[in-house]
Amino acid sequence: MAKDLQTKIAAHDFNFFYGQKQALFDINLSIPERKVTAFIGPSGCGKSTFLRSINRMNDLIEGTRIDGNMIVDGVNVYDKEVDVVTLRRRIGMVFQKSIPFPKSIYENITYGLTLNESRTKAELDEIVESSLRRSALWDEVKDRLNHSALGMSGGQQQRLCIARAIAINPEILLMDEPCSALDPISTAKVEELIEELKDTYTIVLVTHNMQQAGRVSDYTGFFLMGSLIEFDRTRTIFTSPSKKETEDYITGRFG
Amino acid sequence: MNNPFRTTRRNIGELIAEWSIRAVASLSIIVIFLIFVFVFREASTLFLGDSDEATPQSTQVAQTDSTSQTTSSSEPDVYNPEAEEPEVYNPEAEAPSSGEEGAPGEFIYIAANPAYPHIYNPSTGLIPPDIDAASTEEDVVLGDTLSFTENFFSSTWQPVGEVPKFGIVPLLIGTAKTTLIAILIGAPLGILAALFVAFFAKPWIREIVKPGIELLAGFPSVVIGFFCLVSVASWVQDITGVPYRLNAIVGGIGLSLAVIPIVFSIAEDALSAVPKTLREASLALGSTEWQTAYRVMLPAAAPGVFAAVLLGIGRAFGETMIAIMATGNAPLSTFSPFEPARTVAATIGSEMGEVVWGSEHYGVLFLLGVLLFVFSFGLNAITELYVKTRFIKRFQGK
Repeated sequence: MAKDLQTKIAAHDFNFFYGQKQALFDINLSIPERKVTAFIGPSGCGKSTFLRSINRMNDLIEGTRIDGNMIVDGVNVYDKEVDVVTLRRRIGMVFQKSIPFPKSIYENITYGLTLNESRTKAELDEIVESSLRRSALWDEVKDRLNHSALGMSGGQQQRLCIARAIAINPEILLMDEPCSALDPISTAKVEELIEELKDTYTIVLVTHNMQQAGRVSDYTGFFLMGSLIEFDRTRTIFTSPSKKETEDYITGRFG
Repeated sequence: MNNPFRTTRRNIGELIAEWSIRAVASLSIIVIFLIFVFVFREASTLFLGDSDEATPQSTQVAQTDSTSQTTSSSEPDVYNPEAEEPEVYNPEAEAPSSGEEGAPGEFIYIAANPAYPHIYNPSTGLIPPDIDAASTEEDVVLGDTLSFTENFFSSTWQPVGEVPKFGIVPLLIGTAKTTLIAILIGAPLGILAALFVAFFAKPWIREIVKPGIELLAGFPSVVIGFFCLVSVASWVQDITGVPYRLNAIVGGIGLSLAVIPIVFSIAEDALSAVPKTLREASLALGSTEWQTAYRVMLPAAAPGVFAAVLLGIGRAFGETMIAIMATGNAPLSTFSPFEPARTVAATIGSEMGEVVWGSEHYGVLFLLGVLLFVFSFGLNAITELYVKTRFIKRFQGK
């Protein structure tokens, strides 16, 4: 990995357990700042688990346990002093399934903003507009901001979730298969969006779609059976992987 | 010949099972319907005039008072032995007067007649006994000039008396009072407990608390009533120092004990049914558990929680035993929560056992039953419609 890049997220000997079952084995990697990093691998290989470990979403699952360090900006997020709420405000997340709140489009975006601080209506209006513009949704919904978000199409809902995540201005954006339920046109729009957002945010993307990883990411990590097999520049992974497993997976010999 | 679409042969046991299920289901629906019909029919005698299907003795309670002396004078002949008897208890009353009013039967006669001369005489200024008869006669006429509806919406419930008064206003006030108190206590507690169990409690705590509260739903209401009668009444009196030991507050607390498990279990179901992904999405935006519960999960489950509260209200005004035991059971037309109250259900529960079969009182009690029916039916209908439309609105984004 290039030395000039600032490391944003780093894992050191990171192990993860669902009860007795170990899901991640000694993960070591550094995710660079303001780049798109993609994780690929077959289902159940642990890439989503790793992603959800970064903002501690796995805490919500009963009986999970970790071992090792997950460093974000030089701080171990699993430290006792780390407040998980503050952590998650700095790390936005977009899920596989779009999950708009059963509220209006406007309220969906302002939800995260009004949690801890009060803002004026004008400020909120401004942020709503800018985040909707950035997620390429403004023109489609500007006339129905007060309509329920559940009346939007699937692709719009997913972009709304992205807009909602970037409205609170996080530093890192975690995306857990954001396009797996979308049609190609919506997928293209989301990919464009990722392209655009990577100047501002460190984006970590989990995807089943290798073409997508190839298209949008700068770095790619390949997970298999809970281990990180290879992590390198996307071009290197896709053209000259150093591990046999990676090559087999990429060329479609398994998985 | 080889028809591939011929009906497959059915297993005989399967057929029997299917038909018995159908039979039981239709039977239960018919029985429920018949209960409706029965209650409405009994109450309808009030409006459809005094039909003769009711027992002659009891319908006369209303009739003899109202109209001709011929019926009233002819009636006592039949009941003479009983009508004579009261003279032992009430020497002041004149025999003819007893003959004129005695028609209702001994119970009413004894209960009403001694009261009049003794209470009314001093206040009106010593009415001689022989005028007394006339004055009570006048009262009877006066009482009956009140039409049934006027009587029904008056503020006195004295179903047994010379002039039976069937004012349901105090009963409605009592029901409203106790139900309101029960819901004001029960709904917040039930909903907060549901929130706690659904989102905050550790699994092992949930395993204890949830069945614990739901067990309360199966608690015999007479035990809750007894508990209120003995313990809660004392606590409330110690704290507030009110003169009446049993009052609407005690009754409301008792009813809230019946309401809480209903509100809790339905609200908890509604909250648990909200997709877990919503919770994750909210937490991922950096909200606390409480903010998530309050601002995302509760609104998402609002129709269900609303239904829980409505069903809680239904339970509160329909509950009989707790209302009889803990409210003081006095039909007072006062809105003060510290005075005794009597609910509609408690009235039916405590008076139906002693009412003269087929009398006006009997009809009024059934009318109260109809009132309860209609009210709870309406409440359930609102719940159903509201919940359905709101859920559709919410989750289809209309």
